Amino acid sequence: MAEKTLVTAPESTKHRTVKKSPADRAFVICNTIFLILFTVVTLYPVINQLAISFNDAADALRGGIYVLPRQLSLQNYVTVLSRQNLLTGLWISVARTVLGTVLGLFITALLAFMCSRPKYLLKKQMNLFWIITMYVNGGMIPVFLLYKDLGFTNSFWVYIVPGLTGAFNMMVLRSYMENLPVSMEESAQLDGAGYMTIFLKIILPLCTPVLATVALFIAVGQWNSWFDAMLYNRMSEQYTTLQYELMKLLAAATTSGAGTQYSHSNTGSMVTPASIRAAGSIVTMLPIVCLYPFLQRYFITGMTLGAVKE
Amino acid sequence: MNANAIRGSKRRMSWKAWCKQAKEQKSLLVLSVLFFAYGFIFCYLPLVGWLIGFQDYRPRDGILGSKFVGLQVFQTLFEDPEFWLTVRNTLAMSLLNLVFSTIFAILFAVLLNEVRCMIGKKFVQTVSYLPHFLSWIVACNILFDTLGSTGIVNELLMKMHVITAPLNFFSYPQGFWWIVAIAVVWKETGWNAIIYLAAITSIDPNLYEAAAIDGGGRWVKMRYITLPGIANTIIILLILNVGNVLNSGFEVQYLMGNDVIRDFSQTIDIYVLKWGISQSNYAIGTAAGIFRSAVSIVLILITNAIAKRTSDTRLF
Repeated sequence: MAEKTLVTAPESTKHRTVKKSPADRAFVICNTIFLILFTVVTLYPVINQLAISFNDAADALRGGIYVLPRQLSLQNYVTVLSRQNLLTGLWISVARTVLGTVLGLFITALLAFMCSRPKYLLKKQMNLFWIITMYVNGGMIPVFLLYKDLGFTNSFWVYIVPGLTGAFNMMVLRSYMENLPVSMEESAQLDGAGYMTIFLKIILPLCTPVLATVALFIAVGQWNSWFDAMLYNRMSEQYTTLQYELMKLLAAATTSGAGTQYSHSNTGSMVTPASIRAAGSIVTMLPIVCLYPFLQRYFITGMTLGAVKE
Repeated sequence: MNANAIRGSKRRMSWKAWCKQAKEQKSLLVLSVLFFAYGFIFCYLPLVGWLIGFQDYRPRDGILGSKFVGLQVFQTLFEDPEFWLTVRNTLAMSLLNLVFSTIFAILFAVLLNEVRCMIGKKFVQTVSYLPHFLSWIVACNILFDTLGSTGIVNELLMKMHVITAPLNFFSYPQGFWWIVAIAVVWKETGWNAIIYLAAITSIDPNLYEAAAIDGGGRWVKMRYITLPGIANTIIILLILNVGNVLNSGFEVQYLMGNDVIRDFSQTIDIYVLKWGISQSNYAIGTAAGIFRSAVSIVLILITNAIAKRTSDTRLF
């Protein structure tokens, strides 16, 4: 391939800006086809779910629904949003995401602030203390038994308290804080500002971009997590999350085969497990799908910051 | 001699200076106590629970009251053929995922980098991140429907006359590893490409200009500038990920596995969950967890050392 391009080289240098060499043109075409294919493969399954969720459930069983619904119906969504367990799950998911993100972000930022102060007396010890946690953890059973002893079973707080801070997010924040200019902080210190004032009034406002990044990481983690609900709150329906309720629907489907059983919704029309799952999936992914395109700049920075440290 | 003394005095702050600093940092030190306490309870206390793996653990007696039985639990664990199946499955799926997601992420990053139309590039990139933000629950719902009897894969295969009746993809034991690999590639390619795209943008643009002056086309630039330019990143990420081969593999396997393909879908985590939580055999679950952690730590230390030697980048 390289040989071929070299042969056509003199020609292409002559009109480099005007005309592309045949090899280049072939490349652009192949590349475009590949990326279009990639986009279709990525998007199609999601759009298909959307189509199924808006289609009449009984009609959907016949198959053949691709991008657009065949018999438009809102019944699936009406059913999903009137099921008590799914509604409770939605509220718990929203509550854990909001509370967990706000608290987690503040506390992790505070920890990162401490660990990034050059004069902090326990800097080395504190950093090491948290880095070790990235490598060694107790594993599922000891953690489960501990949380049980701490009273985290059948409780909302199991979603919030254990995840208040973590080494990875701390390191992303810390590496950003370490690169901030120190002049502002020094002059504030001369004016008699304490560490807490510096943190709240100077460092936090300067960190807005990286705070947005970490907030996104925490929020997505909170919204998407289901395993904690299954492990600790299986028995108490008032604390299960939306993801866990959706997981129960999926588990029922994988053990009984694709949705063939009919069931009657409150209003009398047909719904099937498959269409409920589709509508549930769409409701579950909606908040994130609406938000993430606007936060791209932030998570790309976060990924690169994290990787530099890695 | 003199220099040494100065260095020594710098390293060891005098008691007086230390007290003065401590006074200034009173707020930080009070907070430190809280952070140490929190970290101790949630990250270090579970490590005490490792003792369960060496005990005839009874929940009623707790860790302090249960009898120690040495390595008996581990012996039972290592004699269980099902455990070794889960180790094999975890390794196989992790390696398949690692290889394919790396290849696709690099391919995607390199090809996307060649796109000149900025709107198109932005659109494809935005779409590529989408699956990463979906939970595995939603992703598995999608996977289940896509591979289902009326799903697009069966329909396409039937339209192309490859098959005459819809296949149940989840009934082929060996096929499960590939389904997982495809699901991971679908979900993470765009996300994993972020790091490679960042590496590509840090390549010196002069190199491309020089290649253009010498008449190098796109293939030449890609093959001789872009790929070597990110080779270091690729190697580091590969090495570091090898250290994590035992740490991944739970969600898809748990959600999509079924009894027919159990011997190929169960991973170590599922084994722990099954014995430890469902059967309340805490000792065997803990032992399996310890085994995994121990192997992982050794792997991570080795891979980290190799990565350090390969370049200046390292884990911390």
